[in-house]
Amino acid sequence: MVVRVQTDDFDIGVEISMMTAGRQDIGAIVTFSGLVRDMTGDQSVAVMELEHYPGMTEKALEKIEADANGRWPLQATLIIHRVGPLNAGANIVLVATASPHRQAAFEAAEFIMDFLKSRAPFWKKESGVDGGNWVDARDTDEEALARWTVSDD
Amino acid sequence: MQVLYFAWIRERIGIPKEQVETSAVTVADLVDELRGREERYALAFSDMASVRVAIDQELVDLDAPLGDAREVAFFPPMTGG
Repeated sequence: MVVRVQTDDFDIGVEISMMTAGRQDIGAIVTFSGLVRDMTGDQSVAVMELEHYPGMTEKALEKIEADANGRWPLQATLIIHRVGPLNAGANIVLVATASPHRQAAFEAAEFIMDFLKSRAPFWKKESGVDGGNWVDARDTDEEALARWTVSDD
Repeated sequence: MQVLYFAWIRERIGIPKEQVETSAVTVADLVDELRGREERYALAFSDMASVRVAIDQELVDLDAPLGDAREVAFFPPMTGG
């Protein structure tokens, strides 16, 4: 289980190599990466500023990761989230989950992303030619959490 | 206790954190107290449906008791990922 909050970029290939180094028991790895889009609706975005709550962020991510490990037979998990000013096209987040079979890895990656979106203390501010705007939370993000609490195994 | 503000709440109040001496019992009492201070606080806390709270880095409800809180943070709904 690895959680990192950093300003630096990450290299997905390098991260996955580190995850699998010296192991032959992993059968499936799912990765999700999120990037800064250059448009939101009809507004152009040049830079996205990622603010967070140091201390609480790490605790929240570690809890989400531990919850995922409690629900699925995962062999390794990784969450990297960048903070600070990020240009359009830049990486924001990487989630990787490893398990013997693909289904657990797919589901766990979705679970981690769903909770990360609205339960980890990050806030996005988009800046473009029209000035800066704090990104509003979306109802769909909150709805995405519901499916993990309604039906259980 | 230390009170922290993030995102647009931080921008409206104009500072990221401050030391607050209070006898407020709940988070909501603390918010009322801060609102009464100055217009910028009243503006930041004008729509509590858009405000989330953490006590000692754990999310809590607005009516949560402050207890022995060392750190109370106010912020908008989170938008990570």
